[in-house]
Amino acid sequence: MTKLAGYRRPHPGTQPDNDYPPYRSTAKRHPTQPLVIAPQTLSELTGPLFGWDDLKPGDNDLTIQHKGEPIGERIIVSGRVLDENGKAVPNTLVEIWQANAAGRYPHKTDRHNAPIDPNFSGAGRTLTDSEGRYRFISIRPGEYPWRNHYNAWRPAHIHFSLFGQAFLTRMITQMYFPGDPLLAYDPMYTSVADDNARKRLISTFDWETTVPEQALGYRFDIVLRGRDATPMERS
Amino acid sequence: MSLYATANQTVGPYLHIGLTWLNRSQIAGKGVPGERVAIQGRLLDGDGEPVNDGLIEIWQANAAGRYAHPEDTQKKALDKGFRGFGRIPTDSRGAFRFSTVKPGRVPGPGGKVQAPHLVVAVFMRGLLKHLATRIYFPDDPANREDALLKLVPPERRGTLIARRRSRGTLEWNVVLQGKNETVFFDF
Repeated sequence: MTKLAGYRRPHPGTQPDNDYPPYRSTAKRHPTQPLVIAPQTLSELTGPLFGWDDLKPGDNDLTIQHKGEPIGERIIVSGRVLDENGKAVPNTLVEIWQANAAGRYPHKTDRHNAPIDPNFSGAGRTLTDSEGRYRFISIRPGEYPWRNHYNAWRPAHIHFSLFGQAFLTRMITQMYFPGDPLLAYDPMYTSVADDNARKRLISTFDWETTVPEQALGYRFDIVLRGRDATPMERS
Repeated sequence: MSLYATANQTVGPYLHIGLTWLNRSQIAGKGVPGERVAIQGRLLDGDGEPVNDGLIEIWQANAAGRYAHPEDTQKKALDKGFRGFGRIPTDSRGAFRFSTVKPGRVPGPGGKVQAPHLVVAVFMRGLLKHLATRIYFPDDPANREDALLKLVPPERRGTLIARRRSRGTLEWNVVLQGKNETVFFDF
């Protein structure tokens, strides 16, 4: 095997710590033993790849999955997937899921007293194009209460799941909306210590992708782990 | 240009809405060559309670020890229809089960080959960033020489090695905390 370049480790403070007491569910669900620092091998430098054969047309439009149109403010969420070297990540799977406009998920464990929208399931997926671009059509998700602390409400958010080109670039995150007053109280958002890294979870309003009389545009660029410049003794 | 990777955030409790469409508990379909194996287990929290809203993903080589990925340039055959990816949610008992073929050995650090293993990512509500671990196979003599297993304190290695339950069925649990806490890796 030729030597493969490894992936850089996270910059301090830019990733959440799994032991984060303000988010109460972490207490019994984070490892207490130190992680075993390991070399990156072929097993981690590869990973599952997906293609258009895995998707159906319209999978990236969450507003056309039912007979009627969902209630809510239509949005277009788009952006680019890049690596830490600024290079586009092409043809990679992006999966999203979100609450409806009233802040309700059609899920058996969501008991929030807000209406289910029969025209909105809240899931979508797509592949990035050759320049790492993706685009979803959806509705703006509502905020919703949860029981983490007194009067706890999640800020409006969309869950994003990405694979990149390797097991090491697998990433699940949440996209937030600009100006949301709930962000300051949200322990998932505040779990990221670094100011800039935290703020990069907030999408920006994008006039250019806003469609007149149809939908507001939000831009959310995502950065996956990038590779070291030179191959190291790894595989 | 240099950027920092986007911060991970938890999958939360409603992960199924976005992720179920790609559930794969049969990693190797009919006709894929190799030794058939089913692996079952449970995902348990720090109180030993089942995690009923978790998900594991598997990545593995085929029986010849080749990954279906362009960066694996070994001269070994790929198997048609075998991607090597599994996605399995836990059920109300915190249990998961999947079937596959035992992977072959793949290159490892220092020019040595690794023992057969599956790569595992663990996701759940309450976990801000997913965890990475591995499943090794019982009674495989190659385990003794495996570079990653050797990095693990001997008393904890057992958490990475599945146990034989019956012919063709192995058991492997994910224990988040406590005496038998599973070894997780930082790559």
